[in-house]
Amino acid sequence: MADQVLDAKGLNCPLPILRAKKTLKAMATGQTLEIQATDPGAVKDFEAFCRTTGNELLEHHMDGSVYVFTIKNTG
Amino acid sequence: MLDDQNAKSMSIIVTKGTLDWAYPPFILATTAAAMGLEVTMFFTFYGLTLLKKDLNLKINPLGNTAMEMPMAGGHMAMPNILAAMPGATALTTTMMKNMMKKKGVASIEELRELAVEADVNMIACQMTMDLFEYKKEDMIDGISLGGAATWVDAATGCDINLYI
Repeated sequence: MADQVLDAKGLNCPLPILRAKKTLKAMATGQTLEIQATDPGAVKDFEAFCRTTGNELLEHHMDGSVYVFTIKNTG
Repeated sequence: MLDDQNAKSMSIIVTKGTLDWAYPPFILATTAAAMGLEVTMFFTFYGLTLLKKDLNLKINPLGNTAMEMPMAGGHMAMPNILAAMPGATALTTTMMKNMMKKKGVASIEELRELAVEADVNMIACQMTMDLFEYKKEDMIDGISLGGAATWVDAATGCDINLYI
């Protein structure tokens, strides 16, 4: 269970990334954030976001038509 | 977290101010800032209007043969003769804004606000300000004024430099 959940469903590029960043910024180091998105581009984008920022993408899966990502805040 | 020593950076020269062309620079700037990059945007010529307090962005398909709108299951382009009619700009702009809202695409106002929040360094081209007779009061707060040398100086230290 993630420490915090971000609903980014219905939002298009780049809003899921921007909202995720804003949420992560307010979280403590080591906490986990679950992001729910419907933008199919989010899969590649969250991988790239984590690669560049150093945050850890713990896992992602699909729940129906929703992409669910779990990111560990390394900030 | 990246520190000042190894932070990456990006600069964008923004030259266009129509509704469609306003998107790439603001999407890339806000995303790069969210990914820890230091971002500089240099607004020149028609791009300068994107810094005005009151944004009134428009789009017209005149002469843009690649602009097709999804319609009735297919895609439709507006013939130039219709795009030149009075009201065509207002109609196309409304259609585009409605479509963007429906698809969850951010407005330029929203992206610009996020760019300001993310401390994106926005520079208004002084020459363009003089040329088109804009005053600093016409523009949003938190921007600076500069010329070509200001951008060159910033760009020499950047990992990515874009011209849009």
